[in-house]
Amino acid sequence: MSETAVRIIEAQSPPPGVVRKWTVSRIAGTALCGVWIAIGIGLVWSLYGAFDPDVFFKYMPRMAEGLLVTTKLVVFSIFFGGLLAIPLALARMSTSVVVRGFAFAYVYIFRGTPILGQMFLLYYGAGQFVDELITLNLWWFFREAYNCVLLTFVLNTTAYQAEIYKTAIESIPRGQREAAETLGLKKGLTFWKITFPQAMITALRPLGNEIILMIKASAVASLVTVFDLMGATKLAFSRTFDFNVYLWAAILYFTIVEVLRRTWDWVETRLTRHLVR
Amino acid sequence: MMDLIAQLAWGPTGWGDELAAGTMVTVSLALATLPFGLAIGLLVALGKTSSEKTLQTAANIYTTIFRGLPELLTLLIVYYGGQIVLQRIFALFTDAYVEVNGFVAGMVALGLVFSAFSSEVFASAFKGIPAGQPEAALALGLTRWQALRLVTLPQLIRLSIGGLSNLWLILLKETSLVSVIALNDLLRNTNVAVGFTKQPLFFYSVALLIYLVLSLISAKGLGTIENHVKRGEQRVA
Repeated sequence: MSETAVRIIEAQSPPPGVVRKWTVSRIAGTALCGVWIAIGIGLVWSLYGAFDPDVFFKYMPRMAEGLLVTTKLVVFSIFFGGLLAIPLALARMSTSVVVRGFAFAYVYIFRGTPILGQMFLLYYGAGQFVDELITLNLWWFFREAYNCVLLTFVLNTTAYQAEIYKTAIESIPRGQREAAETLGLKKGLTFWKITFPQAMITALRPLGNEIILMIKASAVASLVTVFDLMGATKLAFSRTFDFNVYLWAAILYFTIVEVLRRTWDWVETRLTRHLVR
Repeated sequence: MMDLIAQLAWGPTGWGDELAAGTMVTVSLALATLPFGLAIGLLVALGKTSSEKTLQTAANIYTTIFRGLPELLTLLIVYYGGQIVLQRIFALFTDAYVEVNGFVAGMVALGLVFSAFSSEVFASAFKGIPAGQPEAALALGLTRWQALRLVTLPQLIRLSIGGLSNLWLILLKETSLVSVIALNDLLRNTNVAVGFTKQPLFFYSVALLIYLVLSLISAKGLGTIENHVKRGEQRVA
C-alpha cells in the first residue's frame, strides 16, 4: 500500500446563515407593513367595536339585494355591449370613410366624456320628452331609472369593447386572412373560424380589465335613484349615520373585484397554455 | 334653438359664466391631483421594484386596495371618513367644528386612485430599463440616488408617458364624481343649470362637449410631449 494517506475531514459546522442587515429600505418596508397591519386592525376594531346589530340586520339584506342589482347591471351591460361592439369594431376598420368616421366618432365621444354625464344626459334628457316617448310607445322603458342606467352602461362599454376588439383583430397577421382566401374560404367563414378565435385570446386581458372597470363604474348608478350596492349603502348611511356601512360596501366591492381578477388571471393562463413556450 | 343658445350667455341671465367657472374647477382639480398622484405613484413603484420583500408587500397592498375600490366609494370614504377622523383629532385640542374641504377630499381620493394606477405604469417602465444600466452607473462611482436621477428617471419618463397620458384622460373624466360632494365642478354647475331651466338635454350635451374638448386638447398636448420625450427614438426610415 502506498503512502496515499487518507485524511478524513472532520464534520464541519454549516456556514453561517446570510444575515439580513437592517438597511434603510428594510426599515422602511417593515414600518410600512406595520402601518398596513395597524390599519387592518383599526378596520376590524371599527367594524367590531362599533358593530350595531340593528343596523346590520336591517340593512345587510338591502345591501345584498343591491349587490344583485350591481351584478345584473354589469353582466347585462358587458354582454349586450359585447354584442354591439363586434360590428362597431368591424365598422372602425371598414373601407368606407362614412362608416369608419361614424364608428370613430361614436367611440371618441363615449370614451372622451364621463359616464356620469352620459347617464345624466340620458336619464334626465329622456324625462324632457315624455310625450314623444309615450307616442313612440317607449316610455315604459325610459320611465325606469334602472333601464336608463343599463342603456348608458351598454352604450358606454360598447365603445370601450369595440376598441379592444379592434386592437385584437388587427393583431392577427393579414397573411392568415390572405392564406384563407387563397384556400377559397369565404370572408365570413375566415372571420369566425380564423381571425375571431385568435383575436379573442388577445382580447382576454383587456376585456377582464373592462369588466372590472365596469363593476367600479356601476357605482354611479346610485346617483339616479338606482339601489345597487352603492345605492343601498348610501341609503343606509343617510338613515343611520353609521360610517361602518361604507366599510362593509368597500369590503364587498373589493372582494368581488379581487376574486374576479384572480379567476380571470387563472382562466387566461389556462386558455393560453398552448402559447407558452 | 336660439333661445337655448341665449341661455349660455354670460352674466345673471345666462349660464355661460357658471359653466366656465365649473370648467375651471374641473381642470384645476385634475391639475392639482396630478403632481401628488405622480409623486406617490413613483414612490410606490420604487417599492414594488425594490429587492426588499417587505417594501414590495407594502407597495402591492397599496395598489391592490385603491385599484379594487370604486372611485365613488373611495371619494365618499375619504370625505365622510376624513371628517370623522379629523373631528376626533381636533376634539382633543378644541371643540371647534371641522369640515373637510370638498376640493381637498376630491384631490386626496382621486390622487390615491391615480397613484395606484400610475405606480403600475412606472413599475412596468422600470422593468423596461435593463438592470445593467444602474449597475454600470454604480460601478462608475455614482451614488444610488445619482444613478436613479441621472440614468433611470430620464428613461422612465419616455417609457411611461403613454400609460400616464391614458391615466390623465381618465382622471379628467373622474373629476366629475366630486359633483356628489357639493364641489361646484362642471357637472354640478350643469345640474344646477338644469334644475333652473328644465333643459337637461341641452345643458348636459354642452357639458359633455366641454369634457370632450378638454380631452381633445389634452390628447393634443400629451402627443406633443410624447414626441418631445421620444425625439431620441426617431429613426429615419
